Amino acid sequence: MVANTQALMARGIVRVVIAILPWWIAGCAPKPLYYWGRYETLLYEMYAKPGQADPATQIAQLSEDIERAQANGQRVPPGVHAHLGYMQFLSGDLAKARAEFETEKRLYSESATFMDRLIGRMPN
Amino acid sequence: MRALPPWALAVCCLLSGACAATKHDYSAYRQHLPRSILVLPPLNNSTDVNASYVYLSTVSQPLADCGYYVFPVAMVDGFMKENGLPGPGEMHAVPLDKLRDVFGADAVLYVTIEEWGQKYLVLTSTTVVRAKAELVDTVSKTSLWSGTAYVSEGSGGAESGLIGMAVAAIVDQIVDTMTDRVHDVAGTANRGMIFNANDGFLYGPYHPQYDSDSRGR
Repeated sequence: MVANTQALMARGIVRVVIAILPWWIAGCAPKPLYYWGRYETLLYEMYAKPGQADPATQIAQLSEDIERAQANGQRVPPGVHAHLGYMQFLSGDLAKARAEFETEKRLYSESATFMDRLIGRMPN
Repeated sequence: MRALPPWALAVCCLLSGACAATKHDYSAYRQHLPRSILVLPPLNNSTDVNASYVYLSTVSQPLADCGYYVFPVAMVDGFMKENGLPGPGEMHAVPLDKLRDVFGADAVLYVTIEEWGQKYLVLTSTTVVRAKAELVDTVSKTSLWSGTAYVSEGSGGAESGLIGMAVAAIVDQIVDTMTDRVHDVAGTANRGMIFNANDGFLYGPYHPQYDSDSRGR
């Protein structure tokens, strides 16, 4: 019975995508501007599988992603440095959190109001 | 633009509504084109309690890849909760002036999830995500854009009879598979909504095609 199930699945559960997705005919298929790494996966896991994305895990993975982006000359996306800082803040490392918020502000001036607000609330 | 055989174009045209007579009016959007977008956790009209936050985890990438600064969604959620707003309902009620003052956001994306998850037919299941979204300028308070993210993805046995399909439908009910599947469909739906050439978002200032995007000009 198990073998049959696997065979059936292996033979292909055909996924018919009935999607209203004309972007591919318009030729504007999205090209990533950034190195995304595991950021959105971690966001998903935070909410759907909390055990798999505690702050320590996120800090490790995002730090690695940032290093990889820099090594490849790719840009770190909006929000990633800030989110890493947030994880460091939750872990009690305020100095590193502040540094990440400053980096986010430097890379993306649009974040300045929010980052300044967070930095302003942190003890010096 | 890729060349497609005429029959394929006709099919695409019908599916996409690209042959609709009226073009999307981008004038207000172009006039107030935001550099930054604040995405609030979505309101949820579906029966799945996880819908809002799983959806939220798929929206940053397409918006940023479209050329906008996107505020870190988990931080925004955490910050608002810390400041006495326990959920999306309360967050959506915050005045635009306040959001601009606190976050410095040029525009806010308000999302409402209408359908989320598995629909079971006799022997197959479909995974559906349908969410309405509206982009509002925080200064003029005008609605810049509205649309719907919608994908319905079906699965069924490629062959084999009734028993095979029943087994496949049962297997599909494993919770983790379901959650992952609807998560993937949400991502597809968001990309489709944002990157739709006719009705989607305008390219934002970080996008290489921002200057050459003629929509609304």
